[in-house]
Amino acid sequence: MLHLRVAEPMRECEYSQISTRSSTPMETPYKKRTPKRRKWQAFPGRNKFFCNGRIMMARQTGVFYLTLVLILVTSGLFFAFDCPFLSMQITPAIPVIGGVLFVFVLGTLFRTSFSDPGVLPRATPDEAADLERQIDVANGSSSGYRPPPRTREVVINGQTVKLKYCFTCKIFRPPRASHCSLCDNCVERFDHHCPWVGNCVGKRNYRFFYMFILSLSFLTIFIFAFVITHVILRSHRYGFLNTLKDSPASVLEVVVCFFSVWSIVGLSGFHTYLISSNQTTNEDIKGSWSSKRGKGNYNPYSHGNVFTNCCAALCGPLPPSLIDRRGFVQSDTPQPIPPTNGITMYGSTQSQSHMAAATPLLQSEPVILTDEAFLPGRTSLGGPCSGALPLGGHPTPPTSTPNLSCDNDMLPLRNEQSDGLRHHHTDGGHHHFLTPEEAPSPPGMLPCGSPLGHSHTIQGFYNPASQDSLHEDSVRGLVKLSSV
Amino acid sequence: MATEFHNLQELRHSASLANKVFLQRDYSDGTTCRFQTKFPSELESRIERPLFEDTVKRLNIYYAEAEKMGGQSYLEGCLACATAYLIFLCMETRYEKVLKKIGRYIQEQNEKIYAPRGLLITDPIERGMRVIEISIYEDRGSSGSCSGSSSTSGSSAR
Repeated sequence: MLHLRVAEPMRECEYSQISTRSSTPMETPYKKRTPKRRKWQAFPGRNKFFCNGRIMMARQTGVFYLTLVLILVTSGLFFAFDCPFLSMQITPAIPVIGGVLFVFVLGTLFRTSFSDPGVLPRATPDEAADLERQIDVANGSSSGYRPPPRTREVVINGQTVKLKYCFTCKIFRPPRASHCSLCDNCVERFDHHCPWVGNCVGKRNYRFFYMFILSLSFLTIFIFAFVITHVILRSHRYGFLNTLKDSPASVLEVVVCFFSVWSIVGLSGFHTYLISSNQTTNEDIKGSWSSKRGKGNYNPYSHGNVFTNCCAALCGPLPPSLIDRRGFVQSDTPQPIPPTNGITMYGSTQSQSHMAAATPLLQSEPVILTDEAFLPGRTSLGGPCSGALPLGGHPTPPTSTPNLSCDNDMLPLRNEQSDGLRHHHTDGGHHHFLTPEEAPSPPGMLPCGSPLGHSHTIQGFYNPASQDSLHEDSVRGLVKLSSV
Repeated sequence: MATEFHNLQELRHSASLANKVFLQRDYSDGTTCRFQTKFPSELESRIERPLFEDTVKRLNIYYAEAEKMGGQSYLEGCLACATAYLIFLCMETRYEKVLKKIGRYIQEQNEKIYAPRGLLITDPIERGMRVIEISIYEDRGSSGSCSGSSSTSGSSAR
């Protein structure tokens, strides 16, 4: 058997080294080793890392730089052109308060953009195999054409919540988690993907995001108000045209602030509402907990009163990152990176050899996983029950996508139908959405009146194969344009 | 076939991984971290049910403590916000402290209870807090097959 190979790595790991802080990579001196890579270098999601894994952002960061430039330029102009006059004529407290707000805005922006939003690491091959087995057992022998729907139901606080299986990450998503198709990660308590901050907004950075938009609202209003004051005061003294000549930047500032105020203040108000009712943008848009869905429908996560909800969201405990970005990749076998915090993995390499015997196909999957989102039409990897991957059949794009709100009840049914399509080529083109979370949603679909300045990667349709890479790019482009 | 190991080193040298059991998360309480306490059938011949359930319950208690929202965590949150989160350069969050405690607890449980029975618990943080992974080892001396009616090595731990 595989005893020999299995025993050796075990000998190398000293059990006494286990601690949540140590980061000693496994030593295998008798094997030819490539230089040790850090886990962020082998991260399967679509993220960019900087500073050797300390900073984590989404792949498209162009709009983030725009945000930064807008804030820096507008504030810079304010401090340079308006503050001297204002501090002399009114009070020097104005630039001081402005400065404090400015620093706070930048701080929260960087914190939101650079931190891990709460990414769930992908399942190890062992876990994935175990889940598959459980699903098979739970559903009996799948009778030919209809692989079972991959959902689990759980009752939380009296409400029935469906947990969906993520085909990319091979896990059952916890409640409130969602898969961001732009970053190709499952994120806990997924709110939305924000191109303005260049990152997803999830459990770990939601409070920073909220403080960012709140402080930015104050900063915008502050600058707007005082630039207007400056222009008025100056005009009284020197005339309007002279004022414009002396301080041309003020015009630019007023314009930028005027247009920002509506979207940013509106967004702050929207998120204040979300926080006070303990919902995510995702849930609100889908109307998951709205009373329109049914009489007994309520939000099971809410703590009951506004104050507790706010405290929980803003001052609650901050969970640590589950992906160990700066740890070292330990095994030489390809597998989804186990999320260690440096704990020596005496089990990991053994699992590879063990699983190699059991499910050889799973070994090769991780290599393909990262491509999955790009070429989802690639026919299934051949693993058990993987028939739910999108088909390479005759892809027809979804026509209209208004039914975000009925996603929950529709999903199991659709899954079955679309899985069935693998074997019969029915032309139910609009039955293609298997894992709606895994598609970027064309921005024009947002039904709710939330301010424009955001894209929400939420339940959209899973765009079939051949059009997908082109479609994804164009959608991403749309996503950016729509928020400008 | 009794699989008795007297310590972890012995486990290392003479055992091979036979199987892994995964304890999934229990979401019935919302998104807080809890693991199912259902006793897996594969462990029936390996460890006594009360011992096992005790371990899992203890872990659940620790995780609840880490995520508890009370005066202390609010204070920590407000203080952190006031210092622009720079305070975490000097001290670690309560959550991290509890995670360390959990790591030590698991290590201790492994050494005292599980390794002598040919089992090993993996810290859930290594698995993204999704599962508690329990590895089942077989004695290499036995001929490769799963332990059939192994009399549990309950006596060895006492």
